[in-house]
Amino acid sequence: MSEALLRVDGLVKHFPVRGGLFARDLERVHAVDGVSFEIGAGETLGLVGESGCGKSTTGRCILRLIEPSAGEVWFDGRSVTALDRHALRRLCRDMQIIFQDPYASLNPRMTVGSIIGEALVIHRLAKPGREFEDRVVHLLETVGLHADHLRRYPHEFSGGQRQRIGIARALAVSPRLIVCDEPVSALDVSIQAQVINLLEDLQEQFKLTYLFIAHDLSVVEHISDRVAVMYLGRVVEIAPAHELYTAPRHPYTEALLSAVPIPDPTVKRQRIVLQGDVPNPIRPPSGCHFHPRCPHAMERCRHEPPRLKTLAPGHLAACHLND
Amino acid sequence: MAGSIPASPTASAALAGGAAVRAKPASLGREAWRRFRRHRLALAGAAILLFMVLAVLLGPWLWQVPINEIDFSARLKGSSWRHPLGTDDLGQDLLARMLYGGRISIAVGFAAMLIAVIVGTIVGAISGMSRGSVDAALMWLTDLFLSLPQLPLLLLIIYLFRDSLKVLVGPEIGVFILIVAVIGGFRWMPVARLVRAQFFSLREKEFVEAARALGASTSRQVVRHILPNSLGPVIVAGTIDVAAAIIAESTLSFLGLGFPPDIPSWGRLLYDAKDYLDIAPHWALFPGSAIFLVVLSISYIGDGLRDALDPRKVM
Repeated sequence: MSEALLRVDGLVKHFPVRGGLFARDLERVHAVDGVSFEIGAGETLGLVGESGCGKSTTGRCILRLIEPSAGEVWFDGRSVTALDRHALRRLCRDMQIIFQDPYASLNPRMTVGSIIGEALVIHRLAKPGREFEDRVVHLLETVGLHADHLRRYPHEFSGGQRQRIGIARALAVSPRLIVCDEPVSALDVSIQAQVINLLEDLQEQFKLTYLFIAHDLSVVEHISDRVAVMYLGRVVEIAPAHELYTAPRHPYTEALLSAVPIPDPTVKRQRIVLQGDVPNPIRPPSGCHFHPRCPHAMERCRHEPPRLKTLAPGHLAACHLND
Repeated sequence: MAGSIPASPTASAALAGGAAVRAKPASLGREAWRRFRRHRLALAGAAILLFMVLAVLLGPWLWQVPINEIDFSARLKGSSWRHPLGTDDLGQDLLARMLYGGRISIAVGFAAMLIAVIVGTIVGAISGMSRGSVDAALMWLTDLFLSLPQLPLLLLIIYLFRDSLKVLVGPEIGVFILIVAVIGGFRWMPVARLVRAQFFSLREKEFVEAARALGASTSRQVVRHILPNSLGPVIVAGTIDVAAAIIAESTLSFLGLGFPPDIPSWGRLLYDAKDYLDIAPHWALFPGSAIFLVVLSISYIGDGLRDALDPRKVM
């Protein structure tokens, strides 16, 4: 692995739950609870987990769209969490985000040209007029759209095309890191493949680094170099993609993988069905967050939170079973 | 797995119409006008309103009958060639009075609406963008204005400021400014609440988040992304405000607090006519229908504008 482009260190985000007579902070939702990982330049890290486990919050904290409660984010040797507003705006040119819902992420009252070109205006990257238009048309063509789509409005496009517009918008500033927040979850399976291929082509073309957030394990396996599994605000396992899928070292990862459908009816396998629901993140379980649902839970798991331990080169898992 | 994925990333993008590459775009205003024209009721409303505005602007030159010529021999007469809209209890010509009074009613209606919409939008926008104490303070202010007993306060304000304003800018303009400020100043609260609610839902939308991720300043987020998407309800509220302002002006005139009795605004005419409804219904009918028509056409224009400015609507 090359030098880390992005380093996340002990990231924490708590959302206050307000209520009561004078709007006191009654309780806190532990959305992200001490997440650490690194992404090397040109690498794709997949981030998987159930709904509500803090994947998207992690992605947004990295860009500081949400202010983290604690922890640090380092981009290319600089601390993102310490930046002031002015420096943060400069950072927007290095880090971008692609959203899940291609219907909510484009302003319905702006033409495709002005949506994609907005970053050029904000950062004064192109002179208005001919140069601006050329840049936008070039971006449109890069993501597989046409120059005559420039004057149209988002509602005239299909979901897959809208997602391409969102990708072009992120590319406009020539970023180095793109946080892909479930970019294909809202799309048809056939369109998913096209968008993923596009993302891979762009990665090669522009030497991009991706943080790829998803809950579809087969999509993540396809695109990622390494995969991190999150459960209730914590990373439970990080490993190179192939290794994670063939030799998981955390019971939660095993359960997740056993739920991936295999498109071959002759293959039989053991399906691990987890009992119960994801616990309430306002009052997460003590010790290991996973112990109430873990088939191998021991007494120790109730008290002592397991730390991420290196089990093989690049393979980390947080489970007492590995001791 | 890779082999099962269709290779061409441009497959879904291949649309017909490649010939129209960089076709000259219709400008935003022209496009909105084209869409507005498709809205028949709005177009009819615009035509009627334009006619009324032209009538009250140019009418007094074409129909040169004095508004205060008293003729007791022609009291409470219906329509005739001499008095097309009939006369009132003093034999004054109603057409002349309506043409003159319409200026005031329409001007008051629009000016008060503008004040209400502008103040309401600013208060609502500031409140909707800021969390915490600023929002709370502005909403207290809004609630305060909503709960004030308006009529006694109106009396107080007018008694306090009418004379000094009259001295400052002359009697007619002074009263006009006062009335517009008072009516507009008591009608911005619903607009503020509407705008605030719209801002609350819109500022969490992903396209606003995307703008933030691109480094857009707060003012850019508001002006380019949030405000344009929150204008639909505001336009409708604005059209209702025009109507309400015209009627509020008549109430004030009726109480002797608006324009002096010798200035016949439409509301004033209506109130004067109410005692003669059974003998001279035409007297109330004409100003009443004038108010009704203006209000109705403005409300249709509002509908048309709202749709014309929304590119998602297929027109």
